[in-house]
Amino acid sequence: MSAEAQALQGAPGNGRARTVDLAWFRRRQIRTILGVVAVVVAFQLCSMVCNFSLTYAIGSVPAAFVWMFQNFIPTAESLANFSLVLEQTISTALDSVAATVIAAIVGIVLSVLGSSTIGVSFAPVRGLIRAIASIFRNIPMIAWALLLLLSFKQNEFTGFLALFLTTFGQLTRFFLDTFDEIPTGPIEALKSCGASYWQIVFQAGLPLAVADLMSWMLYMVETNIRSATLIGLLTGTGIGFVFNLYYTSFRYDTAGLVIVVTIVFVLVIEAVSNVARRSMI
Amino acid sequence: MTSVTLSERTAAVLERDFAGRIRVTGRAGRNISVQLTLIVLVVLTFVTFARMGYGTVDLIQAARQALADFGAMMLQPALDRPLGAGHFTWATVMESMLITIAVTALCTVISAIVSFFLALAASENLSSSAVSNVVKGIVAIIRSIPTILWVLVFTVAIGLGSEAAVLGISFHSIAYLTKSYSESFEEIDEGVIEALRASGASFWQIVFQAIVPATITKLLSWTFIRLEINFTNAVAVGAFAGAGGIGFQLYQAGSRYYNLHEVGVIVYACLVAAFVLEYVSVQLRKKYILND
Repeated sequence: MSAEAQALQGAPGNGRARTVDLAWFRRRQIRTILGVVAVVVAFQLCSMVCNFSLTYAIGSVPAAFVWMFQNFIPTAESLANFSLVLEQTISTALDSVAATVIAAIVGIVLSVLGSSTIGVSFAPVRGLIRAIASIFRNIPMIAWALLLLLSFKQNEFTGFLALFLTTFGQLTRFFLDTFDEIPTGPIEALKSCGASYWQIVFQAGLPLAVADLMSWMLYMVETNIRSATLIGLLTGTGIGFVFNLYYTSFRYDTAGLVIVVTIVFVLVIEAVSNVARRSMI
Repeated sequence: MTSVTLSERTAAVLERDFAGRIRVTGRAGRNISVQLTLIVLVVLTFVTFARMGYGTVDLIQAARQALADFGAMMLQPALDRPLGAGHFTWATVMESMLITIAVTALCTVISAIVSFFLALAASENLSSSAVSNVVKGIVAIIRSIPTILWVLVFTVAIGLGSEAAVLGISFHSIAYLTKSYSESFEEIDEGVIEALRASGASFWQIVFQAIVPATITKLLSWTFIRLEINFTNAVAVGAFAGAGGIGFQLYQAGSRYYNLHEVGVIVYACLVAAFVLEYVSVQLRKKYILND
């Protein structure tokens, strides 16, 4: 800001407006070069820290893909496991829906109370809700899965609980952002008419936000199928478990079948939720 | 998809919601689709609970133990005896955290660069619609495969190590960023590109003189959002990729040593790193967006 002001003030003294323009372009050029240099240096430092070789990584991508297409293509033999894979994929998809719905129910209550537009007027409560959402969102999924594994043992419900706890934090954050962005006009109007708190929430807050809330829920269902895979690996349930089972016993064709079925499922769910989203706007 | 051009007066009477998006469904239709979606989701939830395997544990007993475990993890984090067992030192935790952050940064830089060029090919206004559809299709498929599966596939294909972790996370990240970048590119005013094209500018001149300056704030903003997601992913895949990192230590503490106090310390380390990353990303986003 100050450099710009100086350049502008210096311009009449030089008597030529051109110098100002050139200086601006030169500054932009220098800034770009500095940015690139900073990224390159940071990249080198990070490569050293985690022992990463860019040339090896890039060089191995084509070979990795060739290897993948040779080994991960489902064979006729692996199709024998198709019903098992399909069943586990369906249960993983259902788990992610259930985790999202339950998380949304808890999340919507917390985010209504915690939002800056229709939340409670006592600020520490709003701060506390935000803090809870933030902590639940940032505790690593591995920690949730391992913690629950100790008490609930290895079963589908454990996977569902781990999924629910991570979803709850994320969804509450998205919902809070949505409620923070709704226009305050209708809320003010209701308030000045003497509407009660819950009347404001149900007549202004929820109707204004409902399309976005649903959109976030559908997004969470999609994301959860991917997260459920990781949780399944840890808790021994669902599609992650099936993948791990065949992957660790070197039966890559069936592992490939898991990947193909996952792709189809996620794409179909994405397509359906896009249609639903469009019809809500 | 067909596109139509509206006259200014027609555009002015279109119904828009509070965020300025054009309404495409009438009020009754919107209500029906919200209700329908909710009903479907709730029914699916009931189906899930009906067919779910609950194992053989007493759920109330297990819930009580889980709460106690959660308390041990969050309220009594410790590395040293008596609560901890001395499996980890602060130096190991710090070093692993540094490795995870390095993996995060590498993935973000690599995927930002690759996605930029892929997004140019994926934007309908910069390339042909055939190329755009092909790239978008491939990207959608890559995106639908979970990060952890990418990492596992790469670990067998190229061996254990940070390369597998970085490539695995980057693949998903590239797919995500290509989609977001190309959406930003497609929002650019067609007239700007037209004007440069008419005055004889080459493709790269158009990209660097019009596209980049007009979208740089959005691109950076998407990249920083992805930086946070990549950190979460880097922690998550750490246990499986053999690249070390905090996720690996977390997995060791939780599933090998069964020591929740040590898990607690590592969880707090992850929380601090995530908060710092979020703070930095918010500040940078604010700075770049305010500067423009």
